[in-house]
Amino acid sequence: MTGSRVAIGRSRGIGDRPVLLVGLGLAALVVALIAGVGLGSVAVEPGDTVAILAHRLLGLDLARTWSDAAETIVMELRLPRVLTAMTVGCALAVAGATYQGLLRNPLADPYVLGTASGAALGAAIAVIIPVRFVVLEFGLLHGLAFVGALVSIYTVYRLSRVTGLAPLTSLLLTGYAVGSLLAAGLAMAMYLSGAALRQIFIYLLGSFDAATWSRLAGALPIVVLGCAAIMLRARSLNGLLLGEQAAVHLGIDVRRERAILLGLASLVTAAAVAISGLIGFVGLVVPHVVRLVVGPSARAVLPISAIGGAALLAYADLVARLLGEIPVGVVTAVLGAPFFLLILRRARTGYEL
Amino acid sequence: MSEPIVALDGVTLAYRDRLALRNVHLVIAPGERIALIGPNGAGKSTLLSVLTGLLRPASGDVRLSGDPVADLDRLAVARRVAVVPGVTGLPFATRVEEVIALGRLPHEDPLRGPRPSDRAAVAAAIDRVGVGHLLGRDARELSLGERQLVLIAMAVAQATPVLILDEPTVHLDLRHQVGAMELLVDLNERDGTTIVAVLHDLALASHFFPRLVLLDRGRIIADGPPSDVLTPDRIRDVFGVDPGFVRLPA
Repeated sequence: MTGSRVAIGRSRGIGDRPVLLVGLGLAALVVALIAGVGLGSVAVEPGDTVAILAHRLLGLDLARTWSDAAETIVMELRLPRVLTAMTVGCALAVAGATYQGLLRNPLADPYVLGTASGAALGAAIAVIIPVRFVVLEFGLLHGLAFVGALVSIYTVYRLSRVTGLAPLTSLLLTGYAVGSLLAAGLAMAMYLSGAALRQIFIYLLGSFDAATWSRLAGALPIVVLGCAAIMLRARSLNGLLLGEQAAVHLGIDVRRERAILLGLASLVTAAAVAISGLIGFVGLVVPHVVRLVVGPSARAVLPISAIGGAALLAYADLVARLLGEIPVGVVTAVLGAPFFLLILRRARTGYEL
Repeated sequence: MSEPIVALDGVTLAYRDRLALRNVHLVIAPGERIALIGPNGAGKSTLLSVLTGLLRPASGDVRLSGDPVADLDRLAVARRVAVVPGVTGLPFATRVEEVIALGRLPHEDPLRGPRPSDRAAVAAAIDRVGVGHLLGRDARELSLGERQLVLIAMAVAQATPVLILDEPTVHLDLRHQVGAMELLVDLNERDGTTIVAVLHDLALASHFFPRLVLLDRGRIIADGPPSDVLTPDRIRDVFGVDPGFVRLPA
């Protein structure tokens, strides 16, 4: 009994770790920004990269040492692409942490309740129907992917409430059933797509190839506001650690919080998949890695996952680009899976999956 | 007489077609220590759910310190009543002190998180329940009995005037059962915490609780000191066993 104060002090200095991690993460983000903007098929000198960014973003009045071509590459191609990767990484990691906490399931990711299959079916329909329109660089594909993700999660949520099962089981099973149905629709759409199959396939693998400022401008506010709103509800996610019943007795209005958090995480996911396609592993792995370092409190897990997810996808996209534009989803899986396994092995306790 | 901290007046509640509580009257004064006893399905856990506002009765009045529980939001209830949760799995590795700190959720700053006073309450609860030796360990590695103690510590950290426990001794061996009961007596007598516990063990209940409330089929059959409540006739009628099986302290 008397040893408790000593033991609290000894337990892995929880106090300063998150702050240190946020600092490291932000430094990694800056490096990712400069490397991601500078490197590629046409390399721009690091000095020029920093100078162009400083000139254009910070408004510094610098002597021009760079070419117009370099400035165009940096400002119109690379910078929106790197920032899109960061936005999507942040969105997927925060949504993944939220889904895992809400569903109390370590295997959950942003796609588990049907957002992915809904978005994929939406994108596939956009590809095969012979209608084309573009508003501010947003095509039918982005619109239908966004709508598809939200419609499917809403359907899952509503259907889950009419089963006789416990809410969490019901959500997962309904998500599985609706997802299977949508996957059948996707398969049919792919079968009918003919020459457009490749376009659907690229969407399924995920890519930042087509990133532009206006697409980023469409997704960024949703992601930033959505993630901020989720972080303001960290207490609800913490309350759910011990289950829904316990959360109620800890002062959480579980039914309301579940609906709000599910909606926010799905909105953020839908914004991400609409502009990037389906990129796997970020939403699953990043929150787990963060939890192993800072513990399960959502107050630390959410912001650090946001930074970690942004950095991870920025680096993964850089690797994908340097390897000759391979799909970024392949890179995240190849980087993420072994890292995840390594972390699980080193963790003192196994996950109860 | 001071205002009752818990008051149920004429509470009736039905699950589908089955009456779970029938016209229940129960008044608990601040600082009391009460055990709810009765056979399975008697309505003990339902009564706790009504008391904490989880279930809304079909008729009757439920008040906490004079306020109708239906008018209180979850946060307000959680600042008045702590409920020790059943032992459940945790989805992620969680250290013992992180579990106990969850008891401060109703008090901490909703945006900025735990304050120094919250940390102090957690440290006090750890000392009080005597789980200091478990700190730093993953709560999922603990024995069921140890987890039970950690969850009690969490509820103690919640620092509410009323503490509710539903079969707190179910995972404990005999020594820890007695230890848990002594802890409840101590919390009650030293801190003045009102304790309401559902217990199956009649011997523990009558040894450690000055007031027993016996429920059967949704009704309160008897309410008073153990010697008045647990008569051989009632044990035979309500529990359906030979009173000789139940050894009660004199």
